[in-house]
Amino acid sequence: MSLEVALRGRRGEFELSVDLSLPAAGVSALFGPSGAGKTTLLRAIAGLEHWPGRVSFGGESWQDDPERTFLPVERRELGFVFQSGALFEHLNVADNLRYGARRRRPRTEALADEVVDGLGLRGLLARSARELSAGQRQRVALGRAVLSAPRLLLLDEPLANLDAQARREILRDLERVVRRGALPVLYVTHAWNEVERLAERVILLEEGRVREVGAVPEVSARLEPTGDWEDEVGVVVEVEVVGHHDEDRLTELAFGGGRLYVPRRELPLASRRRIRILARDVSLTLASAVGTSILNILPVEVVEVRRLESNQPLVVLDLGGGRLLARVTHRSVRTLEIAPGRQLWAQIKGVALLP
Amino acid sequence: MIDWGAVGLSLLLATVTTLVLLIGGTPLAWWLSRTRSGWRAPIEAVVALPLVLPPTVLGFYLLVALGARGWPGSWWLAVTGDTLAFSFTGLVIGSVLYSLPFVVQPLQTAFEALPRDPLEAAATLGAGPWDRFRSIVLPLSRRGFLTATILGFAHTLGEFGVVLMIGGNIPGRTRVVSIAVYDHVEALEYAAAHRLSLLLLFFSFSVLLVVAWVNRGRHRPRQGSSP
Repeated sequence: MSLEVALRGRRGEFELSVDLSLPAAGVSALFGPSGAGKTTLLRAIAGLEHWPGRVSFGGESWQDDPERTFLPVERRELGFVFQSGALFEHLNVADNLRYGARRRRPRTEALADEVVDGLGLRGLLARSARELSAGQRQRVALGRAVLSAPRLLLLDEPLANLDAQARREILRDLERVVRRGALPVLYVTHAWNEVERLAERVILLEEGRVREVGAVPEVSARLEPTGDWEDEVGVVVEVEVVGHHDEDRLTELAFGGGRLYVPRRELPLASRRRIRILARDVSLTLASAVGTSILNILPVEVVEVRRLESNQPLVVLDLGGGRLLARVTHRSVRTLEIAPGRQLWAQIKGVALLP
Repeated sequence: MIDWGAVGLSLLLATVTTLVLLIGGTPLAWWLSRTRSGWRAPIEAVVALPLVLPPTVLGFYLLVALGARGWPGSWWLAVTGDTLAFSFTGLVIGSVLYSLPFVVQPLQTAFEALPRDPLEAAATLGAGPWDRFRSIVLPLSRRGFLTATILGFAHTLGEFGVVLMIGGNIPGRTRVVSIAVYDHVEALEYAAAHRLSLLLLFFSFSVLLVVAWVNRGRHRPRQGSSP
């Protein structure tokens, strides 16, 4: 079971040229700067736009231009969540939610409790779609897509039009919904933190081309950050919970590059988690500092020094085989003589535990 | 006393014409609202022609075409044994052309105002083209259909020139209210002309009032969203 996409074409200035094969399971993020063609690619996969090439899913051909076949959207059995929500304003919430379910086999009228309650829609069922806030609209749109029992769920920046508060809440629900089942999900976003929270693998798209495909931790370390998300540049590291230190209220995490301490969390011993370390939270010193309040200081070796788009130096570090990124100043590069091969200590000021 | 035969015939003509226009005008308006074809501009101009053309000109061409020597007219005569000109069917054909813009234009405007997203969302949820039209397009362009129906109906009731040219004045067959009023005036029967005219005036005013109400509803600001 997989999603195979081979599409090529040009419209005006924009050129799309994509060859992609994705396992039909788990959450894949389609990530890239605005104008990269993420939404176009997603729409082409859905069949909402026709770009020359081939698309197949789970062995079934959806589009094959040499064979002149193009399965219309309504027969692809997919779910699509639009940036705008695209609710049916002449219907109430319950009828919006039922719209897809009524048109699929087996036809269902009942609304699954786990979706309705999971997305907090119970109290809204009788409301008109017109009377909803932006956040509520996106919940309904998500519920409507999931309830249509799709074989593939496509999400086009579902959080882009929301304020921070609504975004946080929906991200939580989204996690529950998309991680719950075997439903494969393709998620378009230009926010790296959404990729890290939701996705297992990421497709980096730039100017209509696939630049990287891979597991999120791998790609995150290799990424060359661009101005759009400099503040979110960082790495994702797989860790194992190895101990709790009750007197210090700390939890100890182990990974290839050493040990890290984070404020005490109720995590089972030996369980595996992912953490994120942002480049702006990592500073470099010549010696393992004493008398510092920073808990996590690890030996590293400089792999290379890159430049962010703002021209600020970004140091790529080797940490026991894994990668770590540090954002530093030009002066630090000079005074610490930061160059490939240099042995340094990395002070990690913050570690975010990913769900 | 009121010439109820003429009133009944007018209402029947307006009803049939409006039905024909809704059935034929909807696909035409849909095509005009979506197409990027170069034919769009000329076809829009043709649709709008009856707005500017004197009814007598339209009526004259129709008379030529529908008469026994025009090919639609002679074909009809061969098939049914009846002439198209001076018949109710001929009146319907003339009225359909004459009222075309009053049905197609409001529908086209309504279709053009439809957002793209809900239609695409419906497709992703498994609705085919006809299903999407019925479940999304129709309800969302309800007002356009109401306006088109009312204007098409009212405009057909009020037509005179075309009817006079191709229908003549045959009681029970082509003698509609507007012709009857003309007749009464010719015969100096002012009281009868008054009665029919007032009826038409009152009816037309009510119709336009309803259209105005409907269109005002369209522009009413949307209710504020609650959190």
